Parts: sequence; structure tokens; C-alpha cells
Amino acid sequence: MLQLIPLFVLIPLGAAFACLLVKRRVPAMAPMLSLVGVLALLALAVTGSVQGAAGASIAGGWSLESQGTTSFLPGIALVFDGLSAVFLLLVAVVSTAVLVFGFRYMETYEGRPLYYALLNLLIAGMNGAVLAGDLFNLYVFVEIASIASYALVAFGTGGREVEAAFKYLILGAVASASILLGIGLIYAATGLLNMADVGTAVAAGGIPETTLLAATALFLAGLGLKAAMMPFHAWLPDAHPSAPAPISAMLSGLLIKTLGIYALVRILYLVIGMDGALGGSLQTLLLVLGCLSMVGGVLLALGQTDLKRLLAYSSISQMGFVLVALGTNTWLGVAAAIFHAMNHALFKGALFLSAGSLERIAGTRDISKMGGIARIAPATTIGAVGASLSIAGVPPFNGFWSKLLILIALFTAGMHVVGAIAAATAVLTLVTFVKVQQRVLFGALPERLKGAHDVPASMSLPVIALAVLCLIGGLLWPLGLDDWVGGAASAVRTDGPTNEAPAEYRRMVHSEGRQP
Amino acid sequence: MSDSQGMSIVVRVVTRWLLGLILIFGLAVALYGHLTPGGGFAGGTIVACGFVLAILAFGGSRGPGAFFTRWASALDAIGALAFLALAILGFTAGAFLQQWAARGDAFTLGSAPSIVLLNLAILLKVGAGLFAGFSAIALFEQTADPDTADSEKGADA
Amino acid sequence: MTMYVLAAVLFGVGLYGLLVKRHLLKKVLGLLILEHAVNLFLVEVGYVDGGSPPIRLAGETAAAFAGGAVDPLPQALVLTSIVIGLGLAMLMVALSLRIYERYGSLDADRMSELKG
Repeated sequence: MLQLIPLFVLIPLGAAFACLLVKRRVPAMAPMLSLVGVLALLALAVTGSVQGAAGASIAGGWSLESQGTTSFLPGIALVFDGLSAVFLLLVAVVSTAVLVFGFRYMETYEGRPLYYALLNLLIAGMNGAVLAGDLFNLYVFVEIASIASYALVAFGTGGREVEAAFKYLILGAVASASILLGIGLIYAATGLLNMADVGTAVAAGGIPETTLLAATALFLAGLGLKAAMMPFHAWLPDAHPSAPAPISAMLSGLLIKTLGIYALVRILYLVIGMDGALGGSLQTLLLVLGCLSMVGGVLLALGQTDLKRLLAYSSISQMGFVLVALGTNTWLGVAAAIFHAMNHALFKGALFLSAGSLERIAGTRDISKMGGIARIAPATTIGAVGASLSIAGVPPFNGFWSKLLILIALFTAGMHVVGAIAAATAVLTLVTFVKVQQRVLFGALPERLKGAHDVPASMSLPVIALAVLCLIGGLLWPLGLDDWVGGAASAVRTDGPTNEAPAEYRRMVHSEGRQP
Repeated sequence: MSDSQGMSIVVRVVTRWLLGLILIFGLAVALYGHLTPGGGFAGGTIVACGFVLAILAFGGSRGPGAFFTRWASALDAIGALAFLALAILGFTAGAFLQQWAARGDAFTLGSAPSIVLLNLAILLKVGAGLFAGFSAIALFEQTADPDTADSEKGADA
Repeated sequence: MTMYVLAAVLFGVGLYGLLVKRHLLKKVLGLLILEHAVNLFLVEVGYVDGGSPPIRLAGETAAAFAGGAVDPLPQALVLTSIVIGLGLAMLMVALSLRIYERYGSLDADRMSELKG
């Protein structure tokens, strides 16, 4: 299994270029190639998660001497551990649903092989970012995913799309530059790039405090922009709704988590260290930014009439939940954050896909012009209602468990004010989605929509599948899923039930990553 | 730049002489990338500049420029797939991207045959990708097909 | 030290061009300056006073090479970062062309379809 880790990046990358190769002659092969690719990824991710294997794979590692063994160059370390496994599985599941949904949805667009190529590139970038064992490769894979996402936002090539993509690109480029500058500062101070080594060096006080502070600020600004934290959120409500529906689902469901949340967890907890000198102020910062995102996002969402824009603002709000959970700096908080990020990928993916279906059915994204769609489109309605119940935090669904966990984590950590804000936001989220469902799915059917009919099964089934996963996630949570997510949290926090994991990460990178 | 007639006869004749030399220089930079400064990326950039020169001199619709424009995207994909295939061959030597070919004496071309092949794949990828990006932008008004999204591809060499 | 100051100044110039200038092509130039400021910083990090290029010659021992050469790692990073910057710049120019096609202008103030 460990030898196969590079395949997580290789398969989508190969599929992307194969799509480009066939685009002129046999464009119909591009969707098939992509499907084979994501199904292989799904199989790999499931195998990896079930086996619970953890380890590093080293790409390259070429020795300087032609036959000698004395000196060697370290190669690119790809590290697979509990935290990576969660995100890899998530990427594979949501990508599969998005891809199947896109088969029919994308039929109205020009240049479809390019869409499949860019989608695969996006998947390759996200998988790579989740596996990268050193800071620079994290940056490279983040950039691959980002560049693919800029192009995908502009895929419709209308004025609105291109404008949103340009805005997104400018802010994304600033974010990337600050991340790279932060990496440069760390390298200048330590001469190391490997996350485990840098973490050890920082913990041992090997970096001057001002350098560490500057690097942390740069990482926070860069990754905060990628994760669309509240003061850095301006691009998201334009970029996510402008993309075609499957891409909106990828961006809101996966991209802000793999590039934003995952990278934040790895860098803040493993590299900079939340227990270290900067820990206290980082915690405060995460809590403040998280509260701002939670409340601001949900209030702005309440006022929207454009369905996809509403969902985009709600994504900002849900990311706020994840941030405050990370701000607790406890094992429970991190586990809750990972679980909520995971759930958000499932239900927000389903919601954006169903928004695409609704747009096709009603011919508009304006909530006030829709209504009674449940009567003409039962399959789409089932998926949309399931996902809405989940994001609203209704009990058997997974959204309930992760919000409950976040509240428990906040209150046990003694953060009562933040906990109260989070609870109020959860109620507001419920209100938002009840309002949306009532307006859009139930109520009177406008005269205009009498002749409309449901979308084909290949578009409604992926949404239903994601909604069912939300339900299964909720039902399985008390029955073993908690161990799996808890294992992921143990990869960065030592105060949980198992506490060797961060040390284990270091050992893996050293013993398996450093030997030729 | 979008003038399909190209430039004057002087430029065209000189370009015809220089083009081969530029391409050979690019190839040499890539071939010896593991021994001297350069490599697949630098060589690919030189090769792409040669193609750009051809387009500027002959115009985009005829001469060598038209040929390159037509095939750039496919060559770019082939280069990338070749790189991946060579990297996967590394599994035969134990791990991904490992050198799988037998290695000769140090400081000769044969000292690391698998790196030479990887450099050549990168040459193809970067040369074709960079040129595809250039032609997508330079010939934008002429072609007006939605291929501009192509131009991000240079980013993963 | 002066070189680090140069990188910082360039970073500021690039950021100013990217965020403040209204003309889209000036934004593209700002992005390029911003990226090369970071690249310059990375190269400076690996610089060794009086060091030789990190290319080993025949007959040089590994120890002598490692002692005299500048750090090659930042140079490899910069090469990768240049490729990424190239992709970004190309995409940005392509998007500017599309915007010009739609609005007949490259002035960011004329683009008004999106709010906040």
C-alpha cells in the first residue's frame, strides 16, 4: 500500500493529460477516462482507510555518486496518515459524485474535454496537498489546485464568470506569494522544509521569535484567504457561484477544506505548534476570526436571493465553525473540526449540485421566482432536503453530531461566549435553510414552471447518494466512525486516547523518508 | 502579431537559418541538464522561443508556425504522459521516480540515462505547453475557440 | 542585507500594482513583480558569500563541493516557483483578453457585474 501512495497524485494527473490528448479526435473518451480515474482513486482511498496503514513514500532520492552509497539527495516525501486518509477519502467520494453529475449537466458547455482535464488537475492538486510531507510541495500542490480552479471558475467564459475568476486569481496570487514568503522565512531560519523537522526545530526554539511570528502571520493570511476566513472572504461569493454547478460543489465542498483547513491544521498544529510560544495568541486569533466568519457568513446568507450565492455565504459561516473548533486547541476540538469539515464537504457538495439541478428545472437561480418544485421534481427534492436537514443540524444527520461536538469542545474548554455564538449561528443556519426549502421546494408552483420536469437520474442520483452518506455518517458516528475521525485528530494532537501520533509522523518521515 | 502574412523576406530567411540551430541548442541544453546548467525546463523554453520566432516571422496560418500551432496541445499532453510513464518505471527500481536505467560513469552523458529521458519528456512538455500558451494568447482573435483555458498547463512541469 | 531590502521593496511594489492599479495589464505586471520579489528572496537565502555555482565538476570531491557551493535547494524551489508564476501570468493574460472581449475595456472600474 505505501508504495502506491504516489498513485493518488499520478492517476488524476495522468487522466488530466490523457483527456487533453484525446480532446480533438475522440472527445467522448474524456468522461470515461475521468470516471475510471476517480473510481480507482475511490478504491485506493477506501483500501488505505480500511487498512489504516500509515507511512511515507519517497519519490526520487537520487544519490550523487553513480554507484556509491555515501551521499544522497532527499526526494519528495508523500506522507499518508490518519488525517490524510480522511481527506483523501473525502476528495474521492465528492469527486465521484461531482463527475457523474457533470456528465449530463456539462452538455450545454463548449470544450468539455478541457473541463475534464482541469477537473482531474484539481483533484491531483488536492490529493497532492493532502499527502505532501514538506512545506514546499504543499505549496506546489496548492498552486496546481488553485490554478485549475481559476480556469474552472472562468469556464463559462461569460463576462460575470471571467470577472469573478480574475478577482479570485488576484487574491489567490497574493495568498500564494505570502505562503511562499513564509516558507522562505522558515527555510532561511532553519534550513529545513520537511514539516516534521521544522516542527521539531520550532519546538526546540531553533527559530528567532520574530521570524516565527512573521512566518506565522504570512501563513495565516495566505491560508486564511484560501479558506475564505471572514476578513479574507471577498472572492468566494463571486467565484463559487460563477463556476458551473459541479465545480461550485468541488470548490465549496473540497477546495477550501484541503487547501485551507487541512493545510492550516498541519501547519498550525504540527509546524508552528499550538502549545508553543505563539499558541495563546493563535488560539485567540482563530476564535475571533472563526466567530466573525460564522456570524457574518450566516447573516449575509440570510439576505441573499441568489441560491448559489446564499450557499457560498453559508460555506463561509460553516468554515467559521471549523475555525473555532480548531481554536480550542484540544484533541476533541480538532476531531470536531475534522468531522465538521468532512460533513460540510458532503452536504455542501450535495447542496451545490442540487442548486445546479434546480437552476436547470426552474431556469433561474433567484429564490423568489421558484416554488413548489417538490411536485415536479421529487428526486431532486429528496437530495436537497436531506442535505439541508444535515447542514441545519437536525438529529439523525451528520451535521447534528459535528455541531454538537464543536459545542461540547468549546464548553469543555471553558469558551462559553464562543460556544453561545456558535449555538446561535447553528439556529440561524436552521432558519436560513428552512426558509430556502419552503420558498424553493414547497409552496405554490408558479404558472411559468407548470411544464417543467425533473433532471435525469444521472444528475439526481449523485445528490441523493451524498445525502444518504450524510445520513449514514450521522447513524454511524456513535458506532465506530468516531474512532476513525478521532484517529485523524490524533495525528496532530497528543491529548487524545492515543498520543504517539505526532511523534509517529516524525518517525515515519525520518526513518522511511530519509533513507535512500 | 496576428498578421498572418508574417514579416519581411529578410526576417523570414534569417529565421529559416536560425530555427534549426535554436532547436538544436534547446535540445543540447536539455540533454546535458544533469551535468551542466540547464535541463528540460530551460531547454523547453528555448525550443518554445524558436517556435514563437517561427510564428512571428511566418505568421500563424502557414509555414512551420501553423504546423506547431496545430500539434502543440497534443505534444504537450504526450510529453506529460511520457514523464509520468518514465516516473512509473521507477517502481521497477523500488520506488516512484527512482532511477531505473543502468548508470554509467560519472560526468558523462550516460551517467544517469533515466534523468536524460525525464529531461527530454520535460523538454517536450514545456516546449509544447509554453508555445501552446503563447499561440492561444497571440492568435486569440483569429481562432476565437474556447481553447484559452489551455494556457494554465505550463504550471506543473 | 541590502538585497533583502530590495526584495521587500519589490514585494511592496508588486502588491501595490496588483491591488491598487485599475488597469488589468498593470495588475498582471504587479503579479510578476510580486512573484519575482519572493523568488529573489529565496535565492538570497541560499547565497553563500564567494560560493561557487552548485554544479559539481569532474575531479572535485563531494566534501569540497559541499563546502564551496551555494545552497542549490532554493534555486530548485525558485525554478518551480517561476513555472507556477508563468502559468498564473498566462492565465491572467488570457482572462484579460476575455474581459476585453466582453467589456471593450481593460479598466477594472468598468467591470461592475459583481457586487462585494
